[in-house]
Amino acid sequence: MGELKLMKGNEALAEAAIRAGADAYFGYPITPQSEVIEYLMAEKPWERTGMVVLQAESEVAAINMVYGAAGAGKRVMTSSSSPGVSLKQEGLSYIAGSELPCVYANVVRGGPGLGTIQPSQADYFQSTKGGGHGDYRQIVLAPASVQEMSDFVKLGFELAFKYRIAVLILSDGVIGQMMEKVELFDPIPRMTDDEIVEKYPWATTGKKKGTARRIITSLDLDSHKMEEHNHHLQAKYKTISENEVRYELFDCDDAEYIFVAYGSSARIAQKSVQLARAKGIKAGLFRLISLYPFPGKEMAALCKKGVKGWLAVEMSAGQMVEDVMLSVKGCAKVAHYGRYGGIVHSPEEVLHAMEEKIIGE
Amino acid sequence: MTEEMIIAGFGGQGVLSMGKILAYSGIMQDQEVSWMPSYGPEMRGGTANVVVIVSDERISSPVLTVFDTAIILNQQSMDKFEKSVKPGGVLIYDPNGITHHPLRTDINIFQIEGARLASEMGNAKIFNMVVLGAYLKVKPVVKIENVIKGLKKSLPERYHKLIPMNEDALNMGMKNVVKYN
Repeated sequence: MGELKLMKGNEALAEAAIRAGADAYFGYPITPQSEVIEYLMAEKPWERTGMVVLQAESEVAAINMVYGAAGAGKRVMTSSSSPGVSLKQEGLSYIAGSELPCVYANVVRGGPGLGTIQPSQADYFQSTKGGGHGDYRQIVLAPASVQEMSDFVKLGFELAFKYRIAVLILSDGVIGQMMEKVELFDPIPRMTDDEIVEKYPWATTGKKKGTARRIITSLDLDSHKMEEHNHHLQAKYKTISENEVRYELFDCDDAEYIFVAYGSSARIAQKSVQLARAKGIKAGLFRLISLYPFPGKEMAALCKKGVKGWLAVEMSAGQMVEDVMLSVKGCAKVAHYGRYGGIVHSPEEVLHAMEEKIIGE
Repeated sequence: MTEEMIIAGFGGQGVLSMGKILAYSGIMQDQEVSWMPSYGPEMRGGTANVVVIVSDERISSPVLTVFDTAIILNQQSMDKFEKSVKPGGVLIYDPNGITHHPLRTDINIFQIEGARLASEMGNAKIFNMVVLGAYLKVKPVVKIENVIKGLKKSLPERYHKLIPMNEDALNMGMKNVVKYN
């Protein structure tokens, strides 16, 4: 068993970056995720593992530092909260085009604009549908506990390098700020420069005599070549959508009414399931872990087993609910419930919404 | 066993750290814990609160609106959270500064004069430990020995000399909590 600690989600994410053998973290503080860079600065990982921690002059600078370091085959990470993540979108589109691996976290707060510092899940569209320009995807993992804030950093780096893709850990103010027991994984040593040269034939590690030049770019003025590149990207996304779907079911075996949620809303809805069961309502929870790829096929299969209705619970005006509707294709009723703008819904409110919008109809 | 509670008071009273010590103590006895603070401008003064859950099972929602126990340390929090205690639940408060005392008859209400006792002990900072002692007398959710173990684990070595004083404060709270209704 690994080391047990009581930590905030943001702190667990930061500690996990060090333990995952990250070479660098570039960031810029913003509530509610400032503990990430605060923890790293206090922990001084440059003394522990040689990891670089740098406060950039802006979010835009931080994401471009990620681009540069990732191009050299380094394990690199950044994090921010909603307004800061909006600023990073240009860099993320370039990272997608250039097929660079990286992990970044968005500890979502209420928007739009500067919004509020309180928790929200209103960045689902931005996260899963491509916040920047162009036809691209990124893997999106939604932790629902402090434990997963740690675990998904390790998993995120594995996936990022397996597919040469950006992996987003989509958290929110609840998961970032709360403390829970976390079992920390054993540290993974950082890769040496020689290991990077050997393992990543695409990385710009310095041209040796007799080897071909390695160019990292998202630009090609020849449209035919660019279309070919896009075909390649789409094939990669297809592989990911077939292999990297992650979700978790609670009490779904005999469930007639299913809450579908991710992150902190999934925790809240889990309590709603308990409250519903106590009232004799056969409720269950479909918790999304990967938001992209979306577990749509699994949802459709479950729907055919006698589900009478789905309630998409998210702290937004209704974003994920669209993917639920597309997935179950009218097999059962789908409705949305969620508070937003920084207000967190209660388990009782969520159950009430299920009774009113789905069961009562 | 699942204990769902809220601790609410002014920023600077040690509300968040009381919750943290309780959560750490839960870990010491192999329980699941969660600690969810109100965060943001509160830390610059004003009201602060934290929801703490200690359970033998995996914890579902860290965000709650009704509680088994409320520890209330100022009037604003009394106004806000007296109604949030589940029927049959517990409310513990420090009467210091409270002008509108709790009125509910369907819950068990206790008083602890934490502020007075802490200042009599010569250190206003151990106020939260006096209150924690009172709570643990009413609801022995975690063992005192595990609170001490948790303190040892969470405090840097240089503060370990303060642990006996904290232990005295816990005992003071345990001895002086009184039933109000």
